[in-house]
Amino acid sequence: MEITITVNGEARTADVEPRMLLTHVIREELGLTGTHIGCDTTSCGACTVLVDGEPVKSCTMFGVQADGHEVTTVEGLAAADGLHPIQAAFQEEHGLQCGFCTPGMMLVGAALLERNPDPSDDDVRWAISGNICRCTGYMNIVKAIQAAAKATAGAEPTAATA
Amino acid sequence: MLPSRFEYHRATTLQEALALLDEHGEDAKVLAGGQSLIPLMKLRFAAPQHLVDINDVPGLDGIEERDGSLTIGALARHRTLATDGTIAARYPAIASAAPQIADPLVRNRGTIGGSLAHADPAGDLGSVMLAMGASVVLTGSSGQRVVPIGEFLVDTFTTSIAPTEILTEIRVPTPPPRSGGTYLKLERKVGDFATVAVAVSLTLQDGTIGSAGIGLTGVGLKNIDATDATAALAGAAPTDDAFAEAGRLAAAASSPVTDVRGSEGYKRHVVDVFTRRGLASAFAMASAG
Repeated sequence: MEITITVNGEARTADVEPRMLLTHVIREELGLTGTHIGCDTTSCGACTVLVDGEPVKSCTMFGVQADGHEVTTVEGLAAADGLHPIQAAFQEEHGLQCGFCTPGMMLVGAALLERNPDPSDDDVRWAISGNICRCTGYMNIVKAIQAAAKATAGAEPTAATA
Repeated sequence: MLPSRFEYHRATTLQEALALLDEHGEDAKVLAGGQSLIPLMKLRFAAPQHLVDINDVPGLDGIEERDGSLTIGALARHRTLATDGTIAARYPAIASAAPQIADPLVRNRGTIGGSLAHADPAGDLGSVMLAMGASVVLTGSSGQRVVPIGEFLVDTFTTSIAPTEILTEIRVPTPPPRSGGTYLKLERKVGDFATVAVAVSLTLQDGTIGSAGIGLTGVGLKNIDATDATAALAGAAPTDDAFAEAGRLAAAASSPVTDVRGSEGYKRHVVDVFTRRGLASAFAMASAG
């Protein structure tokens, strides 16, 4: 079945079997391997991508369901002029150890900041509660997401003066 | 893990979806949020030959009060239930259960209709609907029928829906003034199935308990309607003794099994404690309202 998904702003077409999961379409058909497969049982969140802006587990959605929708993967976070604030903050705050959960954590963090530019500690922990870090590096992941919030607020004069 | 091969149909109208079900009967499954069906298909516990995706069918995700009931479209996502203003204002058992379902990512996709139709005894919303006396609307190509939730949930993963019907709507009676409700859930970690959970609703009438509802999660072959406990509460004074008796009766109505989440005795005890606590909290809410 031919599907067209807008992936990271670019229309991508692929011919896929309906039973192919979105995560396989992204990794194998589109060659974007930043989306990781962890548990493959809807438990860990390593395969998190944004579908129409909302984080979902791409191992629990068929690729054909994304036909006509917008998907953002970790490769879509950085702009041409540099890292996304969430990426810069993960680097600065040491928000990763082995790095396997990091794409999912950053996408969940980016989606949270879109809705809630100034999240509390609890807000962040709540938002990442569907994503598992097997290194247990949650402290710095929370710090990184909050640092990204501060950096984003500082970069926008309207937010800073508000 | 890949499921067995199937043919994918994306319906854009309810009529189209129903026609596909009429054509394929038991070989077809309806795909809504997919957060239970897709894992089952990946594990090959389910292998439908046709999937009818209803996500693009318009008008199936609304939430509104109408004719004394809250009407919830089957495609309403758990995240919407958790953030809806009407639900937060007048349906505290739903408002309290919704953010405890699975995890935030699953709540972004999972739907109330899919969750109820899946009929997992560890599912949260079935118990909430039992406690609130809700009904489901089942739509087929030849018409609709309204089925009380207790008759809809038949057994583990089994409902009274026909293969050619779609669960399109949930109707929850609007609680009268001086009502309260809550959902207490014990889970080992976010995203795990409930070890035990209890849904409670309670309405005060002239200083006594007018009516109450209690639904139990994860302690039987399906969500359990603790009718002995609610019958004992109806007309009783809202005292700790009455809540304790209801807790005892609810625990007696449960039939948990020992597993990695806890022993049978432990789970039964949690049913007792959560029923008492839930009733006390619903009573406090009802007294304040």
